[in-house]
Amino acid sequence: MTGPLARLRGLRVRLASACLLVAAFAALATAALTYREARTAMLQRAQDSVVRSVRDRVEAVAPSVPFPPDQAALERIVALVDTRGNTDHWIVAAGYRDLWATTDRVLTPDAIPTALRTTADEVTAFQRVEREGVIWLAVGVPVTFAKPLNGVLSGVQVYVLTPMRAQMQEEAALVRAARKGAIPAVLLALVLALVVAGGVLRPVRALQRATRRLAQGRLDTRLQVKGGDELADLARDFNHTAAALEQHEARLRTMEARARGFAADVSHELRTPLAAMAAVINVLDEDAAAEHLDPDTAAALRLVSAETGKLTRLVDDLMEISRFDAGAAALHVDELDVAEAVRRCLAARSWSGAVTTHLPEGIRAEVDPRRFDVVVANLVGNALRHGAPPVEVGLGTERRADGVWIVLRVADRGPGLAADTLHRVFERFYKADSARARSVGSGLGMAITLENVRLHDGHIRAANRSDGGAVFTVELPRYARIEVTEDA
Amino acid sequence: MTAFGREEDRSVTTGPIAAAKRVRRRGLFDTEPMVRVLLIEDDPAVAEGLAIGLRRQGHATDVRHTGEDGLAGVAAFDPDLIVLDLMLPGIDGFEVCRRIRRAGNLPVIMLTARNEDMDVVLGLEAGADDYVVKPVQARVLEARIRAVLRRTESAAPAGRREVHGELTLDRTALTVLKAGRPIALAPSELRLLLALSASPGQVFSRGQLLESVWEHPYLGDSRLVDACVKRLRIKIEEPDRPARYIQTVRGFGYRFGPL
Ligand SMILES: Nc1ncnc2c1ncn2[C@@H]1O[C@H](COP(=O)(O)OP(=O)(O)OP(=O)(O)O)[C@@H](O)[C@H]1O
Ligand SMILES: [Mg+2]
Repeated sequence: MTGPLARLRGLRVRLASACLLVAAFAALATAALTYREARTAMLQRAQDSVVRSVRDRVEAVAPSVPFPPDQAALERIVALVDTRGNTDHWIVAAGYRDLWATTDRVLTPDAIPTALRTTADEVTAFQRVEREGVIWLAVGVPVTFAKPLNGVLSGVQVYVLTPMRAQMQEEAALVRAARKGAIPAVLLALVLALVVAGGVLRPVRALQRATRRLAQGRLDTRLQVKGGDELADLARDFNHTAAALEQHEARLRTMEARARGFAADVSHELRTPLAAMAAVINVLDEDAAAEHLDPDTAAALRLVSAETGKLTRLVDDLMEISRFDAGAAALHVDELDVAEAVRRCLAARSWSGAVTTHLPEGIRAEVDPRRFDVVVANLVGNALRHGAPPVEVGLGTERRADGVWIVLRVADRGPGLAADTLHRVFERFYKADSARARSVGSGLGMAITLENVRLHDGHIRAANRSDGGAVFTVELPRYARIEVTEDA
Repeated sequence: MTAFGREEDRSVTTGPIAAAKRVRRRGLFDTEPMVRVLLIEDDPAVAEGLAIGLRRQGHATDVRHTGEDGLAGVAAFDPDLIVLDLMLPGIDGFEVCRRIRRAGNLPVIMLTARNEDMDVVLGLEAGADDYVVKPVQARVLEARIRAVLRRTESAAPAGRREVHGELTLDRTALTVLKAGRPIALAPSELRLLLALSASPGQVFSRGQLLESVWEHPYLGDSRLVDACVKRLRIKIEEPDRPARYIQTVRGFGYRFGPL
C-alpha cells in the first residue's frame, strides 16, 4: 500500500519541484542579470568619474613637469594630483622606469597589477584591486608631455587608487535587494508550484481513491469526468471498466445464488419423499430378516433399506451445507469441558477403544456442542476409515495475542494425503481414494467440518506426518465471539 | 449434520417403563407397551410412512392432516402422545402446540426440517417436549417417544412430599404445588424440575441434563434445555425477580437453589 502512495507523493513532489526549479531559475536569473547590469552601470559611472578627474588632473599637471622626470618631478606630480583636497582617500602614485613616488608609504609598484601597468603605458586603464580587504579602483593614466615629445607617450604613468567603499555598499545593497526580491519570489513560486501540482494531481488522486474502493469490492465506484484531457479519458476508461466489472459480478452472483439455491431446493424436494421412505426402513429391515421371505426379495429389501439410509445421509449433509451457504447456520454456544466433550463424542460411537487420547483435564471452552461433536466425529471417523490405527486425538491450549485457543489434533498412521490434494480435502464431494470410497461416504464430511470450524471463527489444517499418516489440526478460540446461550 | 453426527448412528437406550399401559404387542423392540399416538402431518406419504412405522412398533396410531383436524383428534382419539409437524395448512403446528399446552400436559414431539432452525426454537417455546428432524427413521422416533413417556409415567400413589420454599414436590405422584396450588407442567418441564431438585445446590451441565432428562446425546442441542428452563421459570418463579429455584451458573449450567 505504501508503494503507490509513495509514488504518488513522489509525483507531486516532482511536479512541484520542477515548477519550483523553473521559477527559482527565472527569479535567480532575473536577479543576477539585473544585479550585473546595475553593478556594471554603477561601477562604470564611478570609474568614469574617477578616471575623468584623474585624467583632468594629470593633464593639468603634466605641462609643469619636465621630461624626463626625476624623482622630485614624480613627487611633484603625485603631490599635485593629490592636492585635489578630496575626501576620497586617494592614494596617488607615479612611476617612470625605476622611479616611483607615492602618497602612501607602503604602496609599492608591485601593488599595481602588471596588466594595468602594461596597458597604462599607452591608454588610460583601470582595474579593481583588493588591498587589505578593501576593493580599490586602480586607475592608470599615461602622461603625455607637450614638450619635448609633442604628445608622444612618455612612459610616465600616474596611478590613482581609490577605495570603492561607497560602491561596495551600494553593491551590497543591490545584493540584498536582489535577495529580498528573489527569496519571496521563490517562496511564492513554491506555493504556486504546490497548488498547481495539487491541481494537476487531484484527478490522479481521485483515480487512486476510486481504484482502491474498487479493489475493496465496491464495484459501484465511479469517477466524475471533467474536461477532455488525458486524465478525463482515463477517468472515463475507469468508469467503463468498473461498470463492466459490476455487471460481470452481478451476473456471477445470480448464477452462483441460483446454483446454490438449486442445490438447496433439490435437497429440500428430496426430503419429503425421503421422510416417507426413511420412516419405513426399519420395517423393511425387520422383514428382510424374516425366514419365510424369498432370498431375492430379502436382498432387494436390504438394498433399498441401505441405499435409502445413504440417500438420507446425503440429503442431510447437502441441507446442512445449504444452510451454511445461505448464512442460516447458527451457533448455539455453551461452555463445556473439552476433554469430556471429546470423550463423549468417541464413546457415543463406540470408538473409545480404537483411539489413543491425550486429553488434559480442565480445558473449558465456549463451543456449539452439537457442531463440536460433528467436527470431532468427522475427523476421527476419517482417520479410522481412510487412515489406519493407531489413531491419536490430542488436545491443548495456546495463548496468543488474540486470546487463548483450543488446539485439537487428530492423527493417524494411514497412507496420509497426497501433497497436491492436501488443500482439496475440504472441497465438497472430494474423495482422494475415489475408487475405494464410492460406497463409503459422500465426500461432504470435511466440507461440513470446515464450515463448522469457521462458524466458530476457528481454523482447520490438513497435513502429513513426517513419519507417515495424516494429521488434522483444529484451532478454536477459547471464547466464542457471541454471547453464551443465556436464558432470560 | 453429517455421517457421525446423526442420531441414527447412536445406540438407543430403552429402559423399562414404570407401568405398562393397555395392551402389549410385539414390535421392533419387543415388549414395549402400546401407546396411543396422534400423528399430525400434512404430507400424506410421510404421514403414511410414519404411521406404518408406529403401528409396527405396536402403537395405536391416528393420523390427521391439518391443525384443526389434529385438535379435534386430541379430543376424539384421546392420545398418550402427539407427533406434530410444524408446517401445517390452516392452524400451524406452533399454534396447535400452544393450544394443546393450554388444555393440558400431553407430551408433544415436533417434526421439523433440518434447514428451519428457527422452527426448533419457536416450537420449543410453544411448549413442545422434544423434536425430531425429518427424514426420521421409525426407530429414532420410537426412542424419543419412549424417552418422553418415561418422563410422565408413574403408577405409584401420592407419597413422600418434598418442600422447597413455596414448592411442594411429590416424586411418586408426580405433582408440583406452588403455595399449595397445583401447577400444570409439561412432561419435559416436570422431569427437568425433578432432575434438578433431586440434588439441590448441585450444578448440572446442559449436556448432563440433555442425557438424563431428554435421553439425547450429551453433545446434543442445548436449546432444548434452555427453552425448557425458560418455560419452567415462567411457571414456578416469581415474575420480575431473579430466578430462585432454577438458577443459571454461567459457563456451567443450572442448579436448583440454594434457597
Ligand atoms: N485421515 C485421512 N487419511 C487419508 N485420507 C483422508 C483422511 N481424511 C480424509 N481423507 C480423504 O479426504 C476425502 C474427503 O473426506 P470427507 O470426510 O470429506 O469425505 P468422506 O469421508 O469420503 O465422506 P463423508 O465424510 O461425507 O462420509 C476422503 O474421501 C479421503 O480420501
Ligand atoms: Mg469423512
